[in-house]
Formats: sequence, structure tokens, C-alpha cells
Amino acid sequence: MLKQIEGSHAVAEAVALCRPEVICAYPISPQTHIVEGLGEMVKAGELSPCEFINVESEFAAMSVAIGASAAGARAYTATASQGLLFMTEAVFNAAGMGLPIVMTVANRAIGAPINIWNDHTDSMSQRDCGWIQLFAETNQEALDLHIQAFRLAEELSLPVMVCMDGFILTHAYERVDMPTQEQVDAFLPPFEPRQVLDPQDPVSMGAMVGPEAFTEVRYLAHVKQMQALDLIPGWAEEFRKAFGRDSGGLMHQYRMEDADTVVVALGSVLGTIKDTVDGLREKGHRIGVLGITCFRPWPTSALRAALERARKVSVVEKAFGVGLGGIVSANVRTSYSGSLDDVFTVIAGLGGRPITRESLARAFTEVEQGTSAPLVFLDLNRAAVDRALARERESRRSGPIAEALLRDVGLVTAQLR
Amino acid sequence: MSFQPVKFYQTGTFTVGNRLLPDGERSVQSTVRRHNSLNSGHRACQGCGEALGARYAIDAAMEVTGGQLIAANATGCLEVFSTPYPETSWQVPWIHSLFGNTAAVATGIAAALRVKGREDVRVVAQGGDGGTTDIGFGCLSGMFERNDDVLYICYDNGAYMNTGVQRSSATPPAARTATTAAVGSTPGNTFGQGKDLPAIAMAHGIPYVATATVSELRDLEAKVRRAMEFRGARYLHILVPCPLGWGHDSSLTIRMARLAHESGIFPVFEAENGEVTGVAKIRRQVPVEEYLKPQKRYAHLFSPRPNEDVIRRIQAQADRNIRRYRLLQDS
Amino acid sequence: MAVLEEEARLFQIRIHGRGGQGVVTAAEMLSVAAFLEGRHAQAFPSFGSERTGAPVVAYCRLDDREIRLREPILEPDAVIIQDPTLLHQVDVFGGLAKGAYIIINTSRSFADLGLADFIRDFPADRLVAVPATEIAMKHVGRPLPNAVLLGAFAAATGLISLESVGKAIREKFPAKVAEANIRAAADAFENVRHPAGATEHAQAD
Repeated sequence: MLKQIEGSHAVAEAVALCRPEVICAYPISPQTHIVEGLGEMVKAGELSPCEFINVESEFAAMSVAIGASAAGARAYTATASQGLLFMTEAVFNAAGMGLPIVMTVANRAIGAPINIWNDHTDSMSQRDCGWIQLFAETNQEALDLHIQAFRLAEELSLPVMVCMDGFILTHAYERVDMPTQEQVDAFLPPFEPRQVLDPQDPVSMGAMVGPEAFTEVRYLAHVKQMQALDLIPGWAEEFRKAFGRDSGGLMHQYRMEDADTVVVALGSVLGTIKDTVDGLREKGHRIGVLGITCFRPWPTSALRAALERARKVSVVEKAFGVGLGGIVSANVRTSYSGSLDDVFTVIAGLGGRPITRESLARAFTEVEQGTSAPLVFLDLNRAAVDRALARERESRRSGPIAEALLRDVGLVTAQLR
Repeated sequence: MSFQPVKFYQTGTFTVGNRLLPDGERSVQSTVRRHNSLNSGHRACQGCGEALGARYAIDAAMEVTGGQLIAANATGCLEVFSTPYPETSWQVPWIHSLFGNTAAVATGIAAALRVKGREDVRVVAQGGDGGTTDIGFGCLSGMFERNDDVLYICYDNGAYMNTGVQRSSATPPAARTATTAAVGSTPGNTFGQGKDLPAIAMAHGIPYVATATVSELRDLEAKVRRAMEFRGARYLHILVPCPLGWGHDSSLTIRMARLAHESGIFPVFEAENGEVTGVAKIRRQVPVEEYLKPQKRYAHLFSPRPNEDVIRRIQAQADRNIRRYRLLQDS
Repeated sequence: MAVLEEEARLFQIRIHGRGGQGVVTAAEMLSVAAFLEGRHAQAFPSFGSERTGAPVVAYCRLDDREIRLREPILEPDAVIIQDPTLLHQVDVFGGLAKGAYIIINTSRSFADLGLADFIRDFPADRLVAVPATEIAMKHVGRPLPNAVLLGAFAAATGLISLESVGKAIREKFPAKVAEANIRAAADAFENVRHPAGATEHAQAD
């Protein structure tokens, strides 16, 4: 059924269709509308049987989900930003124990300086925690990925993180096709746990493992993620047949057929990138787009094949490894057969800075023409940075970094961009 | 070769092998029905109070629930010594997740059982004092506040024993730990008001709060049974001496627990809905020195010369407990 | 920047107001109204942690095909200004092309607002001053101009029908409040379609 609703509410409805049994909620922008929506459905009795628990922290949210999942319940939670970091220890723990929890991450920057707007630093900080990480391009895909995530998680007994851009998707009203309960029930079988706390068959979960077996346990986690790489394309195809649309899969390719330059990105910025690429195509540029849906496990072979004839690769990413550069680009380089010097990094959209077609087109053109630096920070206010560095040279007590920079830039909250 | 003299225990004592009692009054531990929930073969130290306390408590919970029990466990000695991979001593479904989240994990288990209509299966969470009063405090308070259907058991040995005896917020004043060395002008742990977790639990208004020690087995078992009669959040705080951390002989574990009670250092009581409903009276009051002296963590109070001032302050704390909980027979 | 020829089909609206005026809701209702007419629509807020009274911006894009673009609306085809005091505080006309629609909640004229120079090259039918707060007070009893201005938007642009605006209002408000807002939106619609009546209306108030 077609609906014009907010992304968060679309996800809440989709999660409800997946019949979660325990939902843990702790408020943090911009994921709040998702759990608010689910909480209302539980309270109204529309989603039943289901326990909705208002916990005291994100750490508790993930911990309650761990307990619920270990006791055989389909468990769900959502978080963002600082919340994801606050629950980090439990996030690793859920993966280590192989508990099939599904969590939405409404992507948001990490402080300091505190910033509520969108980027990918939160999810990227957890890229090696053992969770499967799926990134949604649109609200439709975010909705669909949740349905696929529960199935994937439970089949492999691994937790899945569905990442959707905070505000840009979570707070956007747009058209979605909401599946029916029957469709979802047909796609997502009831949860049959591989391990469960059951007095009839007592097991010990979370025992200490020493050097004699730790490598093997960790390796098994890797094997399971590799299995996901095999399962995801088939399930995306099955999903397409059942629901009538392309959602999920390992990656999406756009105008790649004769592309010399390929732009790689994750999440909602792919829409703006596609519009930018359309514009460049009209001017004769041979450029295409590769959107990565499945970031963990990293689809090495599929990516290598997709990038086979690309002469240049421009990776647009909303996070970066401080002291290194692009994180996604570092991953892309493992899967690119050409010269690694031809993989360029464009850091964009940090802390919610708008990513415009104009700036993207300029960045891509520079990559095509060979005039781009290997690492570019899109729309960086170089003058402000230079002034900050100068202040630090001039005075030992140059003061708090963010405050001085804000004063310098003269930002007011009311400003549009 | 030394011999331990055999004693014949009499009705009315508080020890384990109470075979002279009628069947219904016997402790769970003295019957063949006991579940051995925490089975033999684990790796706890000789004389470990926590191993004893956990076996008593979980066996009693198993007895009262007819074996329909799931346990969540914080990181710590109990977790480490009971599950040396690939072995486990637990005969109950048992999960260890993290150090600080046990109450929340238990909440999740209880929620799962509720949603599945299996409320006949009960949930206990357990941890040491570090996992309870320090790092797990937030999750525990949340579990209390929501009144989740969990019995949380804290095995309090007054320090982080698993990592090598470091101070916790349950470490008593003047006690030496690895991070409160017995050196300087105020050796050992500082004097503060402490973090009185049973009182904090009571302040949450949860249905049942109790304290116990491993020296009073029947009392401990009765409190587990009583706790299981309630639904909602319940808290049981058990004093469990640690020969390693306290520095007493491993044969003195039970005695140290009894002296903690008899001196007034550790009040044993129970409370329902925030009100104290019963206390275990002190049968023979002892001065705190009797409790302190056998413990090496307090050695600096007695050698090279007695530190009367500090001992007096510890006695004052015990006296305050005695007054507050009316621990003497005639009070 | 000339990006796409197809952009001719794209219509972009920027709504300025203050926290508490229902700015975001207005953008959402506008998108719902367009959706009900079978079009694609994308509404999104300016993503601040707005407090009551603070300047707020929300955006809405309408198109006949899927909208992929996620950048803020920098060159709007229409601006709706829910609070005229923002004229002196925020660059409400930023990126506005000559010939774009300007819909302002005011009982004064553009000239009275000091905009005579700015609007000189704008066609008259693109300039809409509507006393939305007064109309809202009359029908709803609360100074909430958001739904009223959508009625004015429908009248001025002809991009969506008043009926669709009404349906969108019903999706967002409880029944009684919705009906009052629908009457207010219809009043504004008439006010714009028949400016003479508007003058009388303003005078009558």
C-alpha cells in the first residue's frame, strides 16, 4: 500500500510487521520517532504480543535485547550517535554471542563538538564489531532492509544493523510502499533460535574462552559473515519477486555500463549523486555510481567485479579515520584491481553539512581530469582552518577549538546552509 | 598429618548438616533433593564465600521454582571460576554477557518469558559487589525502577577480587586493597558513608529487599524462598567472605561471616515495599576487633601498635547499625 | 546551476516560520496533498534542535517522478513565510529567482513590509499576502497559520487542489481541529482567488 509518511514511521511500521517480541527504547535524536511509533503500537495493543521496555541507557537497551534474544525472543532496538558508542561494549557482546538482534542506527555525527546532524561516524566506528551493516538509500529501502535484516539475522544467528541517514531519511516525508502482514509473514519465518536459555535443556552462554579456542570462535564469526555474502543476493532476488521491487542486495549499480569513473558511496547521498551523475552524463562524462548496501560483510569479490573496468574511483563518504583518511575508500582499495592511486576520497556531509550537486560535480570532474587531491574535504572552509591554525601558533592559550572556530565563521543557528 | 575434630551438630544451630530436623525444616543443602545448580569441579579458591553463597541461593531458588529458573551472571569471580571453557558448573540455563549489564540482561530474559507466556520460569541475576554497586549500578537501578520481575543477588566480598583485590564502592573503611594500600597517614580505604545498596534498593520501593550471610544458611534459603513469593524486582545482598582478599584463613569463611553479623558490621534484615520487616538479632555481640583481627586487610590496625582511633570509628559504625536496625535481642 | 532538463517538472517550496507554528507539519501536509494527487513529494525539516519561537525552515519538493535529490532547497520556486518578522532576521529570499512565488502571512501589503524594491520584477500573481493568522483565529481559534497558508498556496500556484489540502489536513489533525483548519484553508483559498474579497475581509477584521 502506497503511503506518504515519515521515514521513521515507515520503519516503525515495517518493524511491527516483523512481529518483534521485545523492543528496548532509549531516546536519542534522530531515532526517537521510530521507537515512539513502536511504543504507541504496543501500548494500543496493535502490536501484540510484544514487550516495550523504556530502559535507562543505550547500554541497557542493547543488554535487554541480549537477554531477550538469548531467551528466544525476536528483539529490536534503535539508536544513533553517542547512543551507539554508549552501548558499544554490548554491541560487540551481542555479535560475539551470535544473538540475532536487529537494530536501526539513525546515522548521526559523534561529538565533541556535540552535533545532532547526519554523518556516518557512528556506524563506521562499529564496522569491525561483528554486526552485519546494511545502509539504506531511501526510506523505501530502509523499510525493506528491516524485513530482510530479521531474516538474515535469524538465519545466520548474527545481529544486523540497518543504517539510515538521520534526519535526511528518518525525518523525511516521502512515498513508501508498505507491504502487507501476509507478505512479510511469507518472507520472514518465525524465529527458531540456535541457542536459547531453556530450563528443559540448560546451557551456559557467554563462558570464558581462552587462547586454546578463541581464534576459532572469532573465525566462525567471520565464516558466518562470509555466508551472508552468499545469502544476501539470493534473498534480494526473492524479495524482488515477493514484493515487486529492488531493495537490499550487496550493492546497486547505476549507469555503470561504460563508466570510466565510478562514484562509490553509501546511504541517502546516493540520490543526490545519481542526479549529479545524470547531469554530467548529459555533458558527455562517462561516469557511473556504485551504491554499497552491504558494508559488513564487505562484498570484496562483487565489488572487484563491478569496478573491473573503472579507470578512476571516487569514494564519497560521510566519515573518516582521523589520521588516515577515508574509511570506505580504504575498504574499496582492497577490492580494486587497478592502481590504488586511482581511488580518490571525498569526505562530505560531516555533521550535517549539505552535500550539493554543484560541489559533487566539481569534485567528480576533478577526479576525471586528474586534478583532484587523493583526499578532499568537500566545501571545506580552508580560510577558517588556516586562521585557527594561525591562532594556535600565535598563542599558547588559544582556547577551545570549536568555540573559536564558530566565532570566526560567524554562524548563526538561523542560517539556511 | 593433622585431623579435624568431628562435631555433631545439634538442632538449633545454623549449620548445613542439620539431619536431626524434621524433613520439612531441613535446609535445601542438607537434602538429597538439592539441585547442585553450581556443581562441583569449579575453580573457586578454597574457602570461597561466593561459591558457597551462590550454591545456597541458586539451589534454594531452584527448589522453590521446581527447576524453572534462568540465571544471568555478571563478569567476575563467580563467572570465571564456574565456566572454564569448555566446562561449566552450572546446571541451570545460565548467561554471562558483560560486567555492568546483568540486571538489564535479566530484564530482557524476563520480558522474553512474559511475551512467550512462560511466567512460570523465573529469572535471577547475580554479580559481585563491583558488578552491582559500581559498574552495574545504572542497569540495576533501572531494573528496580521499572520493577522488572527479577531477583538480583549481590555476592558482596567488598572488593574486585577477580582482578586482584582492588577497591570497590563496597570496600569497607580502613580495609587494605591493591588500590587502597596500607601505607601513609591514613592507611587502607578512606572513611565515607559507603554505598548502602540494600537501602538504595529499598528507596526504589521494590517489593522485597534482604541481606544475608553465608554463615546463616537457613536464613539465606528462607530469604530466597520469600523473594520468590513476590513478582517484580527483588534484591538480595549476601555477605561472602573472601579468604584471598580479606586475608583470613580459608577455614574461617563461615566464622568471618558470622562475626560480621555478630559485631554489627553487617546488619542482616529483610524489608518489604521499602519497610524493614525483620532483622536477624545478634545472639552474642562481639567487639569489632574480633572480626577485624583475623583479616590481613586490617593488619595495619593492630601492628606495629593498635590504631585505636580507627578501630573506634569502625566500632561506631557497627554501633550505628545495631541502633538503626535494632540488632540486639532486647532492642 | 543548470543540472537537469527534467528539473522543469520539479517544483521546490521552502517554508519559513518559527518553532511552534507548525512549519514542519506544513511541509509534510503539502507533500501528502501532492501524494494524494498521484505525484511524488518529499518533505523534510531543516534538522535543527528547534525551540519554540526559534526560526525554523522546512522544505518540500514536488515532482512527477521519484525524487532522489537530498540537498536542501537552495533555489526555491516558492517560499511560504509564516511569520513576517523573519524578514529582518533570516535570509528568507535566499536563492529565490524572479518569478518565484512569495506567500507571506501578513495583513499588510508587500510595500508596507518594505519589500517594494525587492518585488519590482516579480509578476503580481506570484506575490501573495494573506492574513493567515487572522483567518486561523477566526476559524480555529488559535494563531496557527500553517494550514491556512497551504490554502493560499493551492490558490496561487494551482499545483494542488484545495480538496487535497483538506485531505492532508485530516491526516495530520484530530477531526474537529481538522475541519476548522479546512474551513480556514478554504477561506484563504478564496482570499487569494478573489483579492477584492480579501481586502474586505482584512477590513472587516
